[in-house]
Amino acid sequence: MNTQTATNPAVGDAALSARPEWLDGLWLIVPTLLIVIGMMVVPLVGIVVVSFWTQTGFNIEATWTLDNYRVLFTPEGALYRILIVKSLWMSLTATIAVVLLAYPMAYFMAFRIERAKLIWIILLTVPFWTSYLLRIFAWKVILGFNGVINSGLKAVGLIDKPLEFLLYNPTSVTITLAHAWAAYAVLPIYVSLEKIDRSYLEAATDLGDSKWKRFWRITFPLSLPGTIAAILLVFIPTVGDYITPTLVGGTSGIMIGNSIVTQFGKANNAPLGAALSCIMMLAITLAVCAFLAAIGRKRLKAADL
Amino acid sequence: MTQPTIPRPMISLQSVSKRFGSFVAVDAATFDIAPGEFFSLLGPSGCGKTTLLRMIGGFERQSEGDILIDGESMGIRPPNQRPTNMVFQSYAIFPHLDIAENIAYGLVNRDLDKATIAKKVAQALEMVRLEGLGNRRTNQISGGQRQRVALARAIVCEPKVLLLDEPLGALDKKLREEMQIELRQLQKSLGITFIFVTHDQEEALSLSDRIAVMARGKVLQIDTATSLYERPNCREVAGFIGNMNFFEGRIASIANGVAAVEIGPGQHVRVSAGSGSAPGQAAIVAVRPEKIDAGATQPQGNGAATANVIKARALAGSYLGDRSLVLAEWREGTAPISVSLQNRKTLATASPGSIAGTDSVATGAPIWITWPIEAGVLLNS
Repeated sequence: MNTQTATNPAVGDAALSARPEWLDGLWLIVPTLLIVIGMMVVPLVGIVVVSFWTQTGFNIEATWTLDNYRVLFTPEGALYRILIVKSLWMSLTATIAVVLLAYPMAYFMAFRIERAKLIWIILLTVPFWTSYLLRIFAWKVILGFNGVINSGLKAVGLIDKPLEFLLYNPTSVTITLAHAWAAYAVLPIYVSLEKIDRSYLEAATDLGDSKWKRFWRITFPLSLPGTIAAILLVFIPTVGDYITPTLVGGTSGIMIGNSIVTQFGKANNAPLGAALSCIMMLAITLAVCAFLAAIGRKRLKAADL
Repeated sequence: MTQPTIPRPMISLQSVSKRFGSFVAVDAATFDIAPGEFFSLLGPSGCGKTTLLRMIGGFERQSEGDILIDGESMGIRPPNQRPTNMVFQSYAIFPHLDIAENIAYGLVNRDLDKATIAKKVAQALEMVRLEGLGNRRTNQISGGQRQRVALARAIVCEPKVLLLDEPLGALDKKLREEMQIELRQLQKSLGITFIFVTHDQEEALSLSDRIAVMARGKVLQIDTATSLYERPNCREVAGFIGNMNFFEGRIASIANGVAAVEIGPGQHVRVSAGSGSAPGQAAIVAVRPEKIDAGATQPQGNGAATANVIKARALAGSYLGDRSLVLAEWREGTAPISVSLQNRKTLATASPGSIAGTDSVATGAPIWITWPIEAGVLLNS
């Protein structure tokens, strides 16, 4: 470093050139870093801290206690335990449905569309031009008591009275979530499919694979990075969703997010809400780790993750 | 274009054509390839050689005609149902599998037990000199090694025909020459029919039993390396393979199978004439630069080596070590004659002021160009 400064004085003072290399691009991420620290890290630490405090009346008492967590392991806390497991389960179902919906779409875009791919990508975003709320309401209109499906079936004489199992239950929440998040999953899967060198596919066929076999031996493994990204992208946010269950879930379709909202709002017990949030984060972390462990280190490494 | 008929061809192309819209990529290719032959498709880029290879492999569907492999019609059979395997230009080594898994890829599709597959993979690794690298990831090996993996992966499937699409194009010169030798030895020891696509004429000449020269979708000539070089059948083949001097003219007379071609006012050159030639025809005489001799003095006598004499002016010379190249202008408005002279003598024996490597030829000075009758080739113009 010193020799470089000596031979080339125009570079600047020795202190500057002695700066470690990894710091070089740091100023580029400073704005993002500030936002992440201010909007995410600070509130997150706040939530964790509050979860160890106690609510007394209208005040929050800042004495350290584990009571909020202890409640979850008592009989009164059974509801929360059930809700967490149920939320994970519903999200998992929705995620599987999303990937099953999104994968063929992404496959079609990557392998069957040859010109004007951008138009297809734009078409994919069309549902996002309306608000998330409107899209959920649309499902209420479709699945409702006098909704599209019920009145349609009635009109053709297949049923006498409206089917009640369509709306206000876990299934309707899962259907709505799957639809709302499908587009998010298409893009990462599309990108990793698009990246696959077409000569790999030709080589696989040349070596005797049928189309089906080739898909499972080449295309799918090579699309794993995008598929895993899509799964995480859908699974993680949907576990904590509370708008969809509120609108189409009824009493049986509520998720852990709803009860967290209740604790911060009507129940006026922010510390318990914070503790539930922390437990939920922990549960999601464990679920994701279990998922990645199931895929296995070798395959993750092979997929270049 | 006549060629000897092969009794039991491994590959038989029967007027195979490929059109993309109105563009004709391959135009009625009809020829046979013998079992165990190292056959090259040679031509400039865009001549249709890769398209033809891909049709044999089943990656492109021919617009017309049929391809027979070992007597069996391939029709529109997909690649996985053909007795062919391909070495791709990009190698197409699967990045999510290690070297051994890549080589085993095609074997898995057969009814083989694990032990047999492992044995065959080990043999294949040994054959391409990659022993002990089976567990490496594909990004941990060099370009030449990747090339060998691609080769092993195809050969291990024991195809009747191995298709190679410019497999050495991505390698540097030295490695390419090494691989050429290995490829040739491998082909000889395995006895598999190789169809090799290349735009590198030297590669094709040194490797192949026979070569098909293609241009604009057409097969121009199919022959051995020496025949293609010594007896090209048209100007295009003559110009594409090696360097060639062309003299355009008209056949003045034919006697005893030797035609005298008038290539300029009063300037005749003599060349062996085939049965199809007749006096009065426009013709081209083609002569390789290394078959021409050049000297600073007019040759005396009527020796066979000086059957053709052209007086010219030395334009320029370049010393290339093993040989010297001299450009000589013999007539205004025509391409200069290119002469390649072997540098057998040491420079010390050359006259001062002469072009390096030549005995006594000086730039700008008169030079006598001579070649024997059999050095020239008579082409239709």
